[in-house]
This record gives sequence, C-alpha cells and structure tokens, in this order.
Amino acid sequence: MLKVSNLSVSYGNTRIIRNLNFSLGEDEILMLVGPTGCGKTTILQALAGLIPISEGQICLDNWRATPDRFVQPEKRNVGMVFQDFALFPHLSTEQNIYFRLKNKELAERWIQVLGLEELRHARPATLSGGQKQRVALARTLAHNPACVLLDEPLSNLDAALKDSLRWEIRNALKEAGVPAIWVTHDQEEALSVGDRIGVLNNGVLCQLDTPENCFSEPASRFVARFLGEASFLPGRLSDDQKTVHTTLGEAPAIPINDASDQVDLLIRPDDLSLQQDSTGHGHISWVRYEGGARFYAVQLDDDTEVKVRVSHEHRLEPGERVSLSIITTHPLAAYAKR
Amino acid sequence: MRAIPLSYLPTALVAILALVPVVVLAILAADTPQIFDPHNIRVLLNTLVLVIFTAIGAILVGVPLALLTAYVELPFRRVWLVLLAAPLAMPSYIGAFTLYAAFGQGGELETWLGFSFPAVRDMPGAVLVMTLYTYPFVLLTTRSALRSLDTNQVNAARTLGMSFSVCLLKVVLPRAVTGIAAGGLLAALYALSDFGTPAIMQVDTFTRVIYVEYNAFGLSQAAMLSLQLLCIVALLLFLESRVKGSHETPGRPLSLWPTRWQTGMMMFAILPVLLLAIFLPLLVFSIWLFREGSAGFEFSYALNSTYASVLAAIVAVVLALPVAHAAIRGKIGRIMERITYLGFGVPGIVMGTALVYIGLQLPFLYQTLGLLVIAYVFRFLPLAVGSVRTASERLDPSLVNAARLLGATPKEAFRRITLPLTMRGIVAGAALVFLEAMRELPATLMLGPTGFETLATYLWRVYEAGYFGRAAVPGLLLILMSVLVLMLMLTGERRSEIELSDTEDKR
Repeated sequence: MLKVSNLSVSYGNTRIIRNLNFSLGEDEILMLVGPTGCGKTTILQALAGLIPISEGQICLDNWRATPDRFVQPEKRNVGMVFQDFALFPHLSTEQNIYFRLKNKELAERWIQVLGLEELRHARPATLSGGQKQRVALARTLAHNPACVLLDEPLSNLDAALKDSLRWEIRNALKEAGVPAIWVTHDQEEALSVGDRIGVLNNGVLCQLDTPENCFSEPASRFVARFLGEASFLPGRLSDDQKTVHTTLGEAPAIPINDASDQVDLLIRPDDLSLQQDSTGHGHISWVRYEGGARFYAVQLDDDTEVKVRVSHEHRLEPGERVSLSIITTHPLAAYAKR
Repeated sequence: MRAIPLSYLPTALVAILALVPVVVLAILAADTPQIFDPHNIRVLLNTLVLVIFTAIGAILVGVPLALLTAYVELPFRRVWLVLLAAPLAMPSYIGAFTLYAAFGQGGELETWLGFSFPAVRDMPGAVLVMTLYTYPFVLLTTRSALRSLDTNQVNAARTLGMSFSVCLLKVVLPRAVTGIAAGGLLAALYALSDFGTPAIMQVDTFTRVIYVEYNAFGLSQAAMLSLQLLCIVALLLFLESRVKGSHETPGRPLSLWPTRWQTGMMMFAILPVLLLAIFLPLLVFSIWLFREGSAGFEFSYALNSTYASVLAAIVAVVLALPVAHAAIRGKIGRIMERITYLGFGVPGIVMGTALVYIGLQLPFLYQTLGLLVIAYVFRFLPLAVGSVRTASERLDPSLVNAARLLGATPKEAFRRITLPLTMRGIVAGAALVFLEAMRELPATLMLGPTGFETLATYLWRVYEAGYFGRAAVPGLLLILMSVLVLMLMLTGERRSEIELSDTEDKR
C-alpha cells in the first residue's frame, strides 16, 4: 500500500509541495487535479524518485524513502505513464513492452487486452497518439508495478479520443488491480474516472474525498469553483444549522468549516429552476445556447449573479425578468460570509 | 544536493590538455630576443590584406548567391544550393594548387586551349582562391537569416508603395546584416588560419612565415609569430561571438518566380564560380591522371593517411563522450566544453609549432605517430563533441526516466537507451574527425614521422618539386574525401549548422 506522510518538495528555497498526506487502497484510482503550476506533476516525480524530497516520507510495500534515504527509481517498482508517452523510438512496440521482462506472459495479456496485436512490430514514430498511449500503458502494466502513476495521460490527444480512452485506461487499471495516481487538469475527467479526488492549489492538498463529496460539499470556495460552475447566494443559517433562508426561499444546507448565521450558499447551475415572471427575483444578463440546454446568468435585485442551466426549450432573451426557485433536495454547502 | 557528475573529471583533464598548446607557445616565445622586428610588419600587413580582401570578396559573392538561393524558385534549386555550398567542404589548397597550375604561361589551360591566361599567384591569386572557398560561409549564414524573414514584411512594404529593389535594400538586407557579418568573419578566420593557399601562392602571411621559420630551425621565432597570429584569431573570435544576434521565429519566406530569360541569366552568373571552384580542380586532376597515371604515387600514402586519421577519430570520440555529457549536465561542464573548443581556433600551423616543441621536450613522443594523432585530436575534438552533444541533447530525458522506472539501473538505461539513440551522432562525429584529419596539411607536414607520407603531404612534396602531374591520384582522393564531408553535413547530425533544407527552416 502506498503511504505518503508529511511530504514536502522544494526547488531551491521555494517549496513546491507542502505537507502532503494520503494513502492508497488496493486498487484505488486517485485523481490529482489542480490548476497549472499547482505541483501535480512534481508529486508524481517525487513518488517515482525522479526528484529528491525535502521533508516527510513515502512508503510502498517494501521500501521507504525519506530526505536522507533516497531510493533509486528502479528500486521502487512504480510504473509511470508519461505525458509524452516516452516510448523508446529505436524499439518496436513489442520490444518496448517487453523492455525488462524475462517472462513475457503478462506482456502478452496486455497486448491482447489493449488491442495491440496488429502493432507488435511497428515503430513508435508510426503510431497515432491513442496507440502510443496504449503501448505506454501496456509497457507499464506488463512490468507488474506495485503502483501506477499517470501524468496527464490524455492531454496530448484530441478531444474525440479522450472520452473513450479515459474508460479504457480505467478498466485496464481495475483489471490489473493496481492502485493508481492519475494527474489531470480536466475536472470532468477527474470527476468521472476517479474513486477519490485530491484537489491541489499552490502545492497544498485542499480536499481529498470521493468525487460526489468533492463536488457537492467542497471544502473551500476554491474547490467549489475549480470542480464546476459555482454561484454563491447569500443567506442566513437557521439555529439548528440545517436550513438556510435566502431571497429565493428556503433550502437544506450543510455548513462547511463551522459556518454559522450569515452564509453564502453554493449553487450549481442545475440546483435552480427558472420561470419568466414580470415581478420575479431579477433579470437575465446573458444567455448561452449549449445544444441540449440553455445556460443563463441571472442578475438578482441585490446584485448577486447566479447561473442556471435549464432545458433548451426555454427561450428567454437578456433583459427579461425571471423568478428562480431552488429545486434540489440534497443539502447545499454553506460557507461563512466574507 | 547532488554529487558532482562523474564526467566532470575526465572533462577537466581534456580541458586542461587543450590549454597546453597555448601555454607551450608562451613559454617558447619567451626565448625570442625581440618581440617584433620590421619583417613582422610586412607579414602582418600581408596577412591583414589577405584577410580583409577575402572577407570582402566572400561577401560580394556570397550575398547575391544567398538572395538567389533563398528566394528565387530556380529549377533544381536544392541541387544548386548543394553545389554552391560544396566549396566549403574542399580544402582550399586543392584549389590553390590547381589554379596555380592551370593559369599563366605554360599552365595547363594554355597547353589545352592554345592561348595563355593571366597567372593566378601572389596576393591577387591568394585572395581569389580564398574567396572561392570561403564565400559559402557567407552564403549559408546570410541565407538562413533571409529565410527567417517573413514574406509579409516585404508585402507590407510593397503595399505601402515601395518598389521591390528598394525593398530588398531597405527591408530585407538590413535584417540579414548580422548573418552577413557572421559569415564574413568566418571567411576571415579561415583566411587567417589557412596554410596551403598563401604557401602555394607564395604570399608571406603568418602561416607561411611560421613554416619557413620552423624549417630554418627558428622554433622560438615561429612560436612568437604563432602567438601574434593567435591574438588576431582571438580578436576575430571575439567579434564573431558579439555579432550573433537575435534569432527570429521563422515565418513563410518570400518566393520569387523568374521568367525563363531571367533564370538563364542567373545561371550564367553562377557558372564562373562553380567552374573555378569545383570543375577546374576536377578537370586538371583528371587531365593529369589521364596523362601520367599514378606515377610516383604509392598506396602506402593513402594507408598512412587512413591509419593516422582512424586513430584520431577513435581517440576524439572517446574523449568527446564525457565532454559532451558534462556540457549538458551543468554550467561548469559547459565552460570546460568551451575550453576544449580552443583547438578549433588554433590554426594547424600553430598547433604544429606547439607540438613540435613538446616533442623536443619529451623525446619519447618526438617523431612518433602518437604526436601527430594528438595534434589531430586537439584540433578536431570540437567536431566530435558538437556531434555527440547535439545527439544527446535531442534525447528526451523522460526516456531514461521511463527506463529507470521499468527497473533498469542507470548503467542499463545508458546501454539500452542512451547509447543506441546517440550512436548516430557518435558515428557522425568520428567520421567528421576522420575526414578532416585525412585532409589536414600543416600539422601533418611538421609532425609526421620521417618517411611518413600522407595524401596531403605528398601533394605538398609534388608542389615543392614541381612535378604537378603526380598530384592526380592524391588530389582526386582528397576531393572524394570532401564529397563525403559534404554528404555528412547534408544528412548527418550537423545539419542544423548548415541549414540547407527548407523544412528545417520552418521549425
């Protein structure tokens, strides 16, 4: 089991990663997300032993790395899928996958599972992006790692491919029964693929939880905004801490970080419904057509802006007055007023 | 945090060794009674005249050709470009030798055509030959600058009402000035260091006088002159390091479609250059081969050349590996790598002088093949280092990381990933050193053991003895070597230096 405690990484005097703690279950996929430069890739490099760590420790089955005791990457039995795939250009697909194997059985299995039979003797330069990605994954899994690290595995591929390959990689990892850390900057990818999500900002882990909890009960406004469209509606928390009174009515709530009394309620675009109403709560400031839905920004009379996603059959123009109601039944996250 | 890279130690040794020739010269020159005698002033003036006129000549020939090859859509434009760049790969003494023998009264051309041409010798002859073999420097540097200029700048100027020819002068050429200056300086450096051409044309420049002094047992005087020559080389190298200006992001270059008449005129203008620089040497050597066969030539000369050059290539590559590695690893490594480049700036005749003195001090080296190989390695090591370094720099570092994470030790990763992927560069580097050593003249003349005749030294003996016809076989073999160098430059790891292909420009 991979266990990371109090991990810090510094380049010179700047600390890139601060006090990181987590551990991975048997075949768990942990998604690390965060904006560019938040230190996601640095964490993977530290785990793989490609850069030294400055504090804390990393443990896996039979080794323990600390700042004083560096474990060479080849001793770690950690597999890594690189962003640029890092296939050896002078070796064929098969030779890449076999790289250090004496027993080729596992390699053959992954060649079959990932559909690389036809490409056995092809050189990496002749492969498409998706094929390269499969070869890189097969090479990693065939070497039977104790843990797999994926560094933005889909970022070099075009959008159409990303969707299907995402599931193919997830299924392969589950079939291999190996824990994995998957770094991405795509929140949709993170929410859909991961068993758990870790949201990073400036080298600090802001939240580590299931996708559902991260999305509906974000630990901070930053996490709320990063994982999806977020509006914040002012309101007052009831004494029993279970309901919030807002201009749009009452809603079940769950206070985050001991928020009380005056709060801001996290509203996702599909927590609301919208009707044309000449009195109403506010007016439409802009509208975006999304094909299956329409996305409205509504300026409330107290100047708060909230965003609503409704069926595309609603067709309202900017400037029209509307009334809003909270339709969700699950409790909404409430943050202390700033 | 990290230990000093392992390659630093051998690199430091190589760098220290590279400094030895200069130190030796300084010690040796300290013995001369006078630093500067009146005779020196004449030598200095001759050298400066040759260098300056060569630079001017190279620019006058090179810049129009650069415009032509950069922008004009000639039929077979790549063939023209390769042919026009080809003289760069030939040692100028081949040209000097054949032009000297072909022109003038009693020259080969008179024998064949029946009327005599003015002789090519002395200062004008030396300038002509030097220009013919150095204009490609200007051609290539200027062309690469011109290719990086986006066509829209010219289009913008034309839509603002500027005529095309004014546009060339006011928009295009100013942007290529650093390219032209860099090429001109390279031509000047070549003229400054070259031994064969002034010697054959009988112009008393530094290189020729150093050789004369050496033959007259005036080794310390030769060292003094060598140091003076090195000072001028250093000055030119300094200037060259200053002109390397900003590198523009390449855009879509201009292309001009000439009429058939214009195409004919341009080819007609190119022709004399190619005739003199490439065709004439080939013709003259072929005539001699036809007339005299291989008289006087012994196969052992070619063997000797090959043997010494192969040794030099192997040693150079073995030394280049740690140096290239160190250069990539850190700042200190890069500085040490720069020091090993010193040998490239040291003219062959100067290197010869320094090593002759070392040979006299260390009797076990004197008159040995080893000393000659050392001279080759000192001079041509940078070619090997450059080749190996470019190949290693192109190596994606994540490949080695990937190998390590799959369980390979650093040693195994080097053997299975790094080495095979840099092999091309290593082989190309060895080949370049080999070919340069095959054609090297002055150091070979000074350091070759008694009776050790190579292709280049045999050509020199033939010239000294006046039996020109006997130069046919070594001459043609040396031209063949030059063709191989050119092919390496076009296809090998040094492509980036030459930038002949247009796809390369677009990156």
